[in-house]
Amino acid sequence: MMEPQLITPISIGDVVTKAEQAKKDGKRLVQIGCTKIEDNFEIIYVYDKNYQMTSYRITVKQDDEIPSISGIYFGAFVYENEIHDLYGIHVKGINIDFKGTFYKTTIKHPFSVTIVKEDDTCQNK
Amino acid sequence: MSKQITVPFGPQHPVLPEPLHLDLVLEDEKVVDVIPTIGYVHRGLEKLVEKREYTEYVFIAERICGICSFIHSQTYVQGIEQIMGLEIPERAQYLRTIWSEYSRLHSHLLWLGCFADSMGFESVFMNSWRLREHILDDLEATTGGRVIQGVCKVGGVRRDITPEKLDEMVKGLKGIEHELQDLTNVFLHDSSIQHRLKGIGVLSKEDAYYLGAVGPTARGSGLAIDIRETGYAAFGKINFKPVVEYDGDCYARCAVRAKEMFTSIDIIEQCAKKIPDGTVDMKVTGAPDGEYFSRAEQPRGEVIHYIKGNGKKNLVRHRVRTPTFTNIPPLVTLLKGCDLADVPVIVLTIDPCIGCAER
Repeated sequence: MMEPQLITPISIGDVVTKAEQAKKDGKRLVQIGCTKIEDNFEIIYVYDKNYQMTSYRITVKQDDEIPSISGIYFGAFVYENEIHDLYGIHVKGINIDFKGTFYKTTIKHPFSVTIVKEDDTCQNK
Repeated sequence: MSKQITVPFGPQHPVLPEPLHLDLVLEDEKVVDVIPTIGYVHRGLEKLVEKREYTEYVFIAERICGICSFIHSQTYVQGIEQIMGLEIPERAQYLRTIWSEYSRLHSHLLWLGCFADSMGFESVFMNSWRLREHILDDLEATTGGRVIQGVCKVGGVRRDITPEKLDEMVKGLKGIEHELQDLTNVFLHDSSIQHRLKGIGVLSKEDAYYLGAVGPTARGSGLAIDIRETGYAAFGKINFKPVVEYDGDCYARCAVRAKEMFTSIDIIEQCAKKIPDGTVDMKVTGAPDGEYFSRAEQPRGEVIHYIKGNGKKNLVRHRVRTPTFTNIPPLVTLLKGCDLADVPVIVLTIDPCIGCAER
């Protein structure tokens, strides 16, 4: 078995502070990812140093605005534009802001809608 | 200051097999800024977890890419197994390791051929693809598929390899190792190649680290980041060291890939010696309830499959962070300051896989 993983919940206001701390601690940005959970969106920031991952989770609403960390980690712009284009969550202050054209999708913010499932029974009994 | 002009590079370009677009801001022949654009063929495969049962979804995960296909399926099932607390048979772990190294070999040979072809080095192109056929033949013989193997499943693997076949595979690899050595020697020691690659597209170690570079792009800049060192699958029982080069230029990134092929052959040999007898799969019941970041080392670097389940047949989320996606910011940085004529070469040294990035 591999190492257990802990994701620490933080507030939107702590996103930039945690990113600054991570950089100060010599961690690289591994990824930023979003998940829709009912009416909320969970955004997880993952940092790594020596293969030890540090993860922070914020929970936001569709109309919340989250701060960009691209001023701290330049490469964050790809993740932040992705979150904006797929989920419709506004990210403030991205260093390279594509303003909704990073992904060219026929449906606007396609991942902001959950496909409703009628049958939750698992075949793998 | 010279007048600035913007030159579009891609999405259709002779060196690009897949659509990537770069807006190159030029002053004379020098690139002073780069704006990357992807998203031309974004497929939204991750969304299909809401329609496919988690055991079936492995086939979709494998089809994210036609080059790193096996490792995508391996990383996905690894994540599910972690959430469900499954200890799969050790033999299955070794088989996954063998097939993932075969994937790396075929990917690096594919890259070497495409890269050499882009520089007009036709003989290296043809010879590397000829050697790649041997790798693909072994993959086909042992899994049934050359490009999509379909052999990974939650709880193990679908096929076993007989000891006789394993011996044959190792002998076959030993047979091509000499030819591979000749091929990489010709490529890496050719004066024209060195002239086009050395000192071009330099990425410092610090930039590589903080911009999120992974795989040979990072290791070419002196960063010894290789997720195989975390010991997933059977890598924890295998002796190997990541190949690292320190110059950070195009040549260093190419040298890392060329040398990694020999590491892969060595890993397969070690696996063939150490692989234990036993079953290759286990019965799995229930559905995953929890979340996990599953990591693996693809030919292009660290891939992450984030998996979140709630105990029902469909996962809540499957998010894939592919190596090419995270290598885009480093690409932007290393293109700044280069000559326009060097852009195609520099782009190919990160071995971009847009199929993965546009999952």
